[in-house]
Amino acid sequence: MAKHHITTTINGEEAEYLCEPQETLLDVLRDQVGLTGTKEGCSSGDCGACSVMLDGRLVCSCLVLGVEAAGKAVETIEGMADGENLHPLQQKFLEEAALQCGFCTPGVLVAAKALLDTNNNPTETEVRYWLAGNLCRCTGYDKIIRAVMDTAADMRGA
Amino acid sequence: MNEQPKQYKWVGTRAIRPDGVDKVTGRAMYGADLALPGMVEGKVVRSPHAHARIISIDTSKAEALKGVTAVITAADMPVADSKPVASGEAMINFKDLANNVLAREKALYEGQAVAAVAATTAAIAEKAAALVVVNYEVLPHVIDVMEAIKEDAPVLHDDMFTGGVKPKPEKASNVANRVEFALGDAEAGFAAADLVIERKFTTEPVHQGYIEPHAVVADMNPDGKVDVFCSSQGHFMVRAFCSQLLHIEMSKIKVTAAEIGGGFGGKTTVYLEPLAIMLSRKSGRPVRMTMSREEVFRGSGATSGAAMTIKMGATKDGKITGAYAELYLQAGAFPGSPVGPAAMTAFAPYDLDNVKVVGFDVVSNRQKVVAYRAPGAPISEYGVESVVDELASELGIDPIEIRTINAAKEGTQAAYGVKFGTIGFQETLDAAKATEHFKTPLGPNQGRGVASGFWFNIGGESCAGIRVNEDGSISLTEGSPDIGGSRASMALMAAETLGVDYHSIKPSVVDTDAIGYHFVTGGSRVTFATGMAVVEASKAAIDELRARAAKVWDVDVDGVVWEDGHAKPASTNVGDFEPMSLAEIAKVANKTGGPISGHADINAKGAGPAFGTHICDVEVDPDTGHVTVLRYTAVQDAGRAIHPAYVEGQIQGGAVQGIGWALNEEYIYDKNGRLENAGFLDYRVPVASDLPMIDAIIVEVPNPTHPFGVRGVGEVPIIPPLAAVSNAVAAATGVRFNQLPLSPPTILAGIAASK
Amino acid sequence: MRYEAPGSVDEAVKLLADANGAARVLAGGTDLLVQLRAGMISPEVVINIKDISETKGITADGGGFCIGATVSGAEMGEHAALVAAWPGVVEGVELIGSTQIQGRATMVGNLCNASPAADGVPALIAAGATCTVAGPNGQREVPVADIPTGPGKNSLANGEFIVNVKLPARPGNASDAYLRMIPRTEMDIAIVGAGVNLVLDDSGTCTEASVILGAVGPKTITVDAAAAALVGTKVDEAALAACAAAASAAATPIDDKRGTVVYRTKVSGVLASRAAAIAAERARS
Repeated sequence: MAKHHITTTINGEEAEYLCEPQETLLDVLRDQVGLTGTKEGCSSGDCGACSVMLDGRLVCSCLVLGVEAAGKAVETIEGMADGENLHPLQQKFLEEAALQCGFCTPGVLVAAKALLDTNNNPTETEVRYWLAGNLCRCTGYDKIIRAVMDTAADMRGA
Repeated sequence: MNEQPKQYKWVGTRAIRPDGVDKVTGRAMYGADLALPGMVEGKVVRSPHAHARIISIDTSKAEALKGVTAVITAADMPVADSKPVASGEAMINFKDLANNVLAREKALYEGQAVAAVAATTAAIAEKAAALVVVNYEVLPHVIDVMEAIKEDAPVLHDDMFTGGVKPKPEKASNVANRVEFALGDAEAGFAAADLVIERKFTTEPVHQGYIEPHAVVADMNPDGKVDVFCSSQGHFMVRAFCSQLLHIEMSKIKVTAAEIGGGFGGKTTVYLEPLAIMLSRKSGRPVRMTMSREEVFRGSGATSGAAMTIKMGATKDGKITGAYAELYLQAGAFPGSPVGPAAMTAFAPYDLDNVKVVGFDVVSNRQKVVAYRAPGAPISEYGVESVVDELASELGIDPIEIRTINAAKEGTQAAYGVKFGTIGFQETLDAAKATEHFKTPLGPNQGRGVASGFWFNIGGESCAGIRVNEDGSISLTEGSPDIGGSRASMALMAAETLGVDYHSIKPSVVDTDAIGYHFVTGGSRVTFATGMAVVEASKAAIDELRARAAKVWDVDVDGVVWEDGHAKPASTNVGDFEPMSLAEIAKVANKTGGPISGHADINAKGAGPAFGTHICDVEVDPDTGHVTVLRYTAVQDAGRAIHPAYVEGQIQGGAVQGIGWALNEEYIYDKNGRLENAGFLDYRVPVASDLPMIDAIIVEVPNPTHPFGVRGVGEVPIIPPLAAVSNAVAAATGVRFNQLPLSPPTILAGIAASK
Repeated sequence: MRYEAPGSVDEAVKLLADANGAARVLAGGTDLLVQLRAGMISPEVVINIKDISETKGITADGGGFCIGATVSGAEMGEHAALVAAWPGVVEGVELIGSTQIQGRATMVGNLCNASPAADGVPALIAAGATCTVAGPNGQREVPVADIPTGPGKNSLANGEFIVNVKLPARPGNASDAYLRMIPRTEMDIAIVGAGVNLVLDDSGTCTEASVILGAVGPKTITVDAAAAALVGTKVDEAALAACAAAASAAATPIDDKRGTVVYRTKVSGVLASRAAAIAAERARS
């Protein structure tokens, strides 16, 4: 079975990889491209640990075929900070202890950024529903929700 | 939120965790994130049957597949002795553990590993796994705990005779063990009561639900040396278990703790690690194994489901006079349910004269239970806290008041044996009563529930090393896998003790070659026990630093004191020396005796028991039975919160796990004993939109045996929610359910039946 | 497995027909990839239809809307005019999975996957939507109600796929609603779903209604008696009670891991009447 040669953009840089047609974007990111910040928690779209942006849309990379990324733009957790400068969400998560084991954190951050990029004044309910697909078993969500709300408030104030 | 005591500069602050940046940028390496050159992928073949004899296993087709590097079965593993060995919060029988890791004669639950393969790609490994032909004789199975104890139930182990009863039974059964604790005379207590309430309760098994599936990379050299990289709650546990199971000397196994993506007790045992080592030995290559989510649900974890009877009597003024509990806890396929701790904790929050608790450890055809946050306690205390609530409501006493009347305090003799030292139960009740939450009126279809919880907390073996680097920075080493920010707490305690900047300390969880044995990250022990080791190691380093300053000043070491990160002359009699900072001493270390360090290898004693009291408001939709948690407050005695934000996090996370247990989490089996909901879609852990904020209130009644007063905090918060939610639902609906989970169909049926 | 991404309807039809049943269409992929991963299906070829222009976008169409087969739930939710006209259809689709799923999942995929519990389907059927089916013999318009035929089964013949869905034009005093019952607040499969579409006259009297139940039978159930209970009324309490009773009477659920017969029967009525009340309120405003 022939592998597909895919050219795509990952975190702003052109990337190429070979993949089997059934391989998911998650498999490809982790095993071919070496970006293991995107996590596998369920491979059925139920946990959100593998959240990435695909052409500006928040998706579960476990539910995208690697071949589908051809010609598209993929953004992962590894592209969230600007060099040494953490994204405000990343900084706020550290300051407010919005992570414990940290395994869901990359997916949560990617998802939260997608929300704040379009809505910098979400209600608590909006944040909770937006992040309902990002399971966290450690925090009870409290500090995650607060950190997202507080980042949004900072962004509005800035 | 308590103000930090003035005398501390670092302890009690909300410092940024040292591993934080790695975790928010995707750099942190979890179990499945390591790839080694030449690595192959392993896959487990699992039993499709709940109970079956393994007649034969044919691996030839799998071995013949191109790309397959190894196939293993139990025949490749040494036969283990059937002897219980103390390990963690339970006794480990290595014959059972071996069978759980790789079934030998029988598969005892659907999803039990029966063989494993390794191949050059995951896809080939999957194909090869499907080519392993296992010939089974399917046997009758039993899932439910009360079915399993029936006379005619299928017996899982024909060599298992109930322990703890005399005379020893003549017939094998599924009851592995009976435990009993008593104090005074329960019957006399009931006779003295004005009101006696007896209720039966059931709870379902629940999974720890960590988001990271089990994962390991193992590499065995031809000379027998083994490197293991895995996500676990104890890399020393992994080393010990693999050593026992595979008959490899401990010194030859090096286990490196990956970052761990949640455990909650579920990663205090091994599943894949021994298989990966065996596959690596056969393949001659590094092997990576990861569980799918489905495998996690079918083949790992879970705590017990239970059936129980709770009987309590009280006088009109609310004094509890007698208490009795009979607990049946499902152990899964092998003995070892947490019925012991369930029995011990059941009535522990209360100062009672007459108590009897009887517990039974029952096997059935489901995965072997493993620790889950305060193992056993949420189950028994759910029943007790429900009956206490009913007593309060029948007697017309406020639910916090009835607990205050009966609360255990310093000097209280607990039924399970200990006499409590300094404890903070009453303080949690007072704090709960003082909340605005407790006083806020409720609307229609809403109800409020209160419940408390107790957990022992433990100490155990821990080690720490403080290395003073040439530039005065500190490398702190310890060996407790950091599951929720413990490295930050270790560095805070070291900074406080040494009197240096928190940020000059880099804490690391080092591998099993680099430090002494640590008991697992469990039992709410790490901040207490490993923290104690860190403080002792820091003190040892201080002694050395004082000695070096004494050398520079040419004075006796007794003439040098350590204050605020500096060596100072103890008095003007010693001499007029400028204080030397830690960095200054470090700079001249080569002239005063070489590198400076401090170490501690301890078995920490004196863990402080902890209590919590929770308040939960719910609204129940009377037409659909749907429960909404409106408001939640969790109060807990932390002894001393080293890092209050992570203490709050433990409280909030534990509370939400308890809410999930109460409302929707359960295993659903079909008639063949196969799990029907092996995924996050139908195994319903709480999602963000299900919850309100969880108000965490930290009470600090310091544990006198810890240098900073730490009590464990991780486990207590999962205990009260089961009854707090259930009591709230009872208040909202007027119906007592006495069963979990309180899923919408259950609630609607209960409401309908009450009309 | 082969992967194809045809650029035209004809090309897709040819690929599908040539595969002779061994092909699967990839639109959003949120069901397809789960089924692939779980080994439930092992198609010889997966045909991604997202590069076909006819499957893209939402267009106003003679007062109604034409929604391409690869339009995601998120795109539907962002289309203000569509949401205003068919809030029930959109809210049904938007209930499918998480924000992440919404970025990919399509209404047409939900329809073709033919789960009895599909959230995207009851309101769509209640709306009287049709779909364009392309196949070896050209294109045909089919009521969406005719697509699912049973759990996991649809009426598409070999070589056929759905290109788009059409929602009809509607009068001003009309609206719809969809409700589902799940144990959590998100991320679950419906235990019961109810879609209601209705039209009011100027006096607020219901002149047309459609009530569709999901998850309480092998496919959606069209409850004419529940609709009849609403027509001719002001959708008042008595009408809603009659609607609920009719819906409960029509439900034919099973006991399974997600709910019981008793529960689903009762809640069918609860949700049908609540959805009717919401639809009426929307139609009035």
